[in-house]
Amino acid sequence: MTTYTFEVLVSLKPGLLDPQGKAVEGSLPAMGWTNVSGVRIGKHIKLAVEAADEATALAQVQDMATRILSNPVIEDFEVLEVAAT
Amino acid sequence: MNDTPRVGVVTFPGSLDDRDALHAIAAMGGTGVALWHADHDLRGVDAVVLPGGFSYGDYLRCGAIAARAPLMAEIRSFAERGAPVLGICNGFQILCEAGLLPGALIRNASLRFVCEDVWLRVETSQTCVTAGLTPGETIEVPVKHGEGQWVATSEELERVEGDGLVVFRYAAEDGQLGDAFNPNGATNHIAGVRNAAGNVVGLMPHPEHAVDPDVGPTGGQPLFAALFEAALAGATA
Repeated sequence: MTTYTFEVLVSLKPGLLDPQGKAVEGSLPAMGWTNVSGVRIGKHIKLAVEAADEATALAQVQDMATRILSNPVIEDFEVLEVAAT
Repeated sequence: MNDTPRVGVVTFPGSLDDRDALHAIAAMGGTGVALWHADHDLRGVDAVVLPGGFSYGDYLRCGAIAARAPLMAEIRSFAERGAPVLGICNGFQILCEAGLLPGALIRNASLRFVCEDVWLRVETSQTCVTAGLTPGETIEVPVKHGEGQWVATSEELERVEGDGLVVFRYAAEDGQLGDAFNPNGATNHIAGVRNAAGNVVGLMPHPEHAVDPDVGPTGGQPLFAALFEAALAGATA
């Protein structure tokens, strides 16, 4: 068995209000950065999966991302594979 | 002959309206039964209430972790058998996360926590909590939430509206709709929805805080009365 490390990036779907992003964006002009827009804050989930091979591990992470790590009604996700050890 | 419905109220870590729900059930003449999220036992109840609160500290998403709690497997089969299930506030979020109800709840459009009495317009009497009400009728109950804005994908919204799955909309006392009466920016002013069969209902407002005339509005009374009827009908079926 190999341990595969992944990062799952979860973001609110475009068009849905992101209060954190809005608040952070609102703070930037006060610090002199007046040229920034579109700040969106998502979630970054790191996890390690023990599996026989990479494809199996990736399929499991995709499944977990769909069924609990994100809510497909309001969020999109992206799975990044980081390392195999 | 059993004429007192046994209504279970599930406590998750972080539930906070479970005792109020048990109190409301008792005040309305039912028998409240405390249920524990980590059990696999519904203790023979005739109906289930998922109460408000902040289960698991709202970690990941409101209701996301609670929706995968051990007892939810039993509640899923209970609901599939047609038994009445009512989700209030965080309980509504849990039912949406569990896929038992359509849509999702996100941060209020105002970005502010709301805590006030609101009017709800009843949209259908085809549910376990509105059987005694007439569409168009309004009831007064409180809301108190930070993440109560109901949203859905466009396909899902079309299905919810097309199939008459909207149970309550935020409205004026006379039933008029408008942004001024919508406390959280919910799509189409939707405050509560049902499943296709009508035995599973979720809403953000709190009927369990609206049964005692000494402390506020009493719009919750007809909902519990209908829930008891549905519970007894199921129990004798």
